[in-house]
Amino acid sequence: MEEDIQKPQIDQAVSDSHEVRTGAELLCSLLMQAGVDTIFGYPGGAVLPIYDALYSVPIRHILTRHEQGAIHAAQGFSRVTGRPGIVLATSGPGATNLVTGIADAFMDSTPLVIFTGQVTAESIGRDAFQEADIIGITMPVTKHNFQVRDIKDLPQIVADAFHLATTGRPGPVLIDLPKNITSGPASDHVLPESHIRGYKLPGAPKKEEVDALIAAINQAKKPLLYIGGGIISSGASELVRQFASRSQIPVVSTLLGLGAFPVRDPLFAGMLGMHGTYAANRAVTECDVLIALGVRFDDRVTGKLQRFSPHSIKIHVDIDAAEIGKNVAVHIPIVADVGLTLKEMLLRDVHLDTRGWHEQILLWNEEWPLQYHASDEDLKPQQVVELIAKHTHENAIVTTEVGQHQMWAALFYPFSRPRQFVTSGGLGTMGFGFPAALGAQVAKPDATVVCIAGDASFQMNIQELQTVVENGLPVKIAIINNRYLGMVRQWQQFFYESRYAESKIGSPDFVKVAQAYGALGLRATTFAQAEAALTEAFAYQGPVIIDFVVKEEENVFPMVPPGKGTDEMTLEWEE
Amino acid sequence: MERTLSVLVNDRPGVLARVAGLFSRRDFNIASITVGAAEEPGLSRMTIVSSGDDATALQIMRQLDKVIEVIQVTDISKDPAVKRELALIKVTTNKTTRPEISHILEPFRVAIVDVGHGSLTVQVTGSGEKVDALIGLLRPFGILEIARTGVTALLRAVAQEEDHSSEVVS
Repeated sequence: MEEDIQKPQIDQAVSDSHEVRTGAELLCSLLMQAGVDTIFGYPGGAVLPIYDALYSVPIRHILTRHEQGAIHAAQGFSRVTGRPGIVLATSGPGATNLVTGIADAFMDSTPLVIFTGQVTAESIGRDAFQEADIIGITMPVTKHNFQVRDIKDLPQIVADAFHLATTGRPGPVLIDLPKNITSGPASDHVLPESHIRGYKLPGAPKKEEVDALIAAINQAKKPLLYIGGGIISSGASELVRQFASRSQIPVVSTLLGLGAFPVRDPLFAGMLGMHGTYAANRAVTECDVLIALGVRFDDRVTGKLQRFSPHSIKIHVDIDAAEIGKNVAVHIPIVADVGLTLKEMLLRDVHLDTRGWHEQILLWNEEWPLQYHASDEDLKPQQVVELIAKHTHENAIVTTEVGQHQMWAALFYPFSRPRQFVTSGGLGTMGFGFPAALGAQVAKPDATVVCIAGDASFQMNIQELQTVVENGLPVKIAIINNRYLGMVRQWQQFFYESRYAESKIGSPDFVKVAQAYGALGLRATTFAQAEAALTEAFAYQGPVIIDFVVKEEENVFPMVPPGKGTDEMTLEWEE
Repeated sequence: MERTLSVLVNDRPGVLARVAGLFSRRDFNIASITVGAAEEPGLSRMTIVSSGDDATALQIMRQLDKVIEVIQVTDISKDPAVKRELALIKVTTNKTTRPEISHILEPFRVAIVDVGHGSLTVQVTGSGEKVDALIGLLRPFGILEIARTGVTALLRAVAQEEDHSSEVVS
C-alpha cells in the first residue's frame, strides 16, 4: 500500500533457465521465483546440499558469525523493507540458536521464512548427531512450521510459507528440511499459488462496523488515536496522517508504532505506556473515545488494566481476531485490515471540535516535556541521542538494543517515517539491535543506519562486527556506555533499595575492539568530543563504533512503575 | 462454566501437539480432549472440554482459529448436542458380589466385555455424568482399573440447521 513496501518480483527467466536436479536446487529455484535475493545464514552438515546449490545461483548470502546474528539481521532486513527476511541454518544447534530471534519476530509480527536443516528422515527420532526437534521447539513461537517429508510437497510448502509469513498478521514461518530431501532427486517445478484451507484473511471492515466507529468518533469530545506496529505492517501510515489531519484527533503511539506518525506533527502527543510521555499517558487516561489501530494492548502500554483509559469508549481495529478483547474489553471491535479500515474512515464525514482537547494536550507537553539535566561535567545519554538525530538530519534508520538506551532513542529521536525505527518491542531481546542494523544496511545500502546500543547489550552479539567489516557495511554503532545493565540498575535503585546485584558490568575497550575487527573506533566523554566523534563517524565510509561514556546513574523518565496505572507516572525519582 | 468445543483439523502429524500446546501456553484448561477421523478424508474432529467465562471461551476459540491446521471451531456448549463418552471399568467380583453387580449394571445398559474369575470388565457409553454415576456405584466393590475416552460430541441436526452463530466469525 505504501511506496516503501517493495513486492518481490518473480524472475521467470532465472527460474526457467535453471536446471533442477536435487531438492536443494529445487529449493534455490523456488526461492528465486519467490523473489528472494538475500539470505542470512550459517552453514553446517545438514544444510550442505543447500549451500552447494546456493553456490551457483544469484542469491546473496550473508554469512554471520552466529545464527542468532543471522536471524536478527533478517529481522532488520524485513523491518526496513516490509519483505520477508530469509534465514538458513543447519540442524540441531544451528536451528536452536535461531529460537530467540524466532520468538522475537513472533512477538513483533515480523515476516520471516526460516529454513533449517534436519538429519535424514531415517535418522529422525534416534538422537542422531546434531538432531533437534525444531518443529516441536518452535511450535509456540512461529505462525506455522513445516517439515518436508516428501520432495513433491516442497513447492507448495514454500509457497504457503511465504504466503503465511507475509499476509494477515505477519510472522515467522519455519521449514525444516531433512538432508535426504535436499540431497535427493527433484524435478523442475514452478512455484504454485498458495492455498491453505482454514487460513482466513480478514480484509475490509463491514460497512456497519465503520458506521459505528464513525458515530462514536462524532460524539467524542476528547478522542484519541492509539496507533501501533500494525499501521506499519499494513502500510497505513499515510492514511493515519490523513485521518488525523482531517479530523484533528491527537495521536499517541506504541514503541513499535514509532515512525508511523511524524513525531514533529503538532497532533502527536508522544509514545504512551511505561516510559511514555506525560501528555500521551494523560491523554489516554482522560480521553472519551480511544481509537486503537493495529495495537495489542501490551502490558507495557496499559499498566494496571483497571486504570487504563477508564472513561473511554474503546474501538479496536486489528487483523488478528484473537487480539480483540484479549487484554482489554472493547466496545467496538473490528477485525479487519487497518489500512482498508482507514480508507473507509476517510470516506465518511467526521465533524468534531477537538480544539480545546488538543490545546490541553499541547499544554501538558509544554508543562511536562521530556527533559533531563544537562551539565558540563557529564555526557548525558539523552544528549547523545539528540546529537545523533542532529548529525543524521533526523533521517537515519535507527535500530536499538534493549534497555535504557532503547527508551532514550524512542523518546529523543524524532522519527518521521515508517520503517525508520527498528527495535525489539515484545520479547525485549538484548543483542537484537546490532545484527538488525546489519540487516537493515544490507537492505538499504545507501541509507544511514545507526545502532543505538547499550554497553551490555552490544556484547551479546559483538561478533557480528566481523560480518559488517567483511561486507563493507557502514553501520554506525553508538554505544551509550554507562558501565551498567542500565535498566536493571534503574529498577534496583527504585524497587530494591539500590542493591545493584550483578548489574555492574565490565566491557572491553570498545575502541580497540573496533580496531581489532577492522572498524573505526572512537570515544567521547564530553559533549564536545561527542560532536566531534559524530562528525568523524558520519564522514567515514565504513563501520564505526563510538563509545559514548555517559553518566552512570541516569534514569529513564517518565516512568509508570510496574503494577501502577498510566495516570501514576513518576516524572523524577523522589529519594 | 463447562465448554465443549468441536474443532475440525487437518489430519497431519503434530496437530494434536499444536492444539494441546496452545492450551497449556495460554493457560487454558483442558478437561478432556478426543480426536478421531472426521467425515472427510484428511480431516479429524477434536472434541475439547474446557471451562471458563464467555470472554475466556471466545479467546480460546479465536486462538484455536489462528492455528493454521484448524479448519473450523464451533462452541457447542449451549446448543443441543449429542455428547458421549466411553469407559471401560474393571471391577473385582466374587460369587456373592456378582449378582449384586449385575443388578446395578442393568439400568445403565452397559456391555460386559470381559469376565474373569475375580473380575469383570464393563463397557459403558453415555454422558460424563452417567459414567461418573456408574463408577460411583461400582467403587465399593473394588475397582481395579478404569480407562475413559473423554467426551466426543456432535451438534444435533436441529441446532445445526437453525444456528451457526457460535462459530468464530473472523
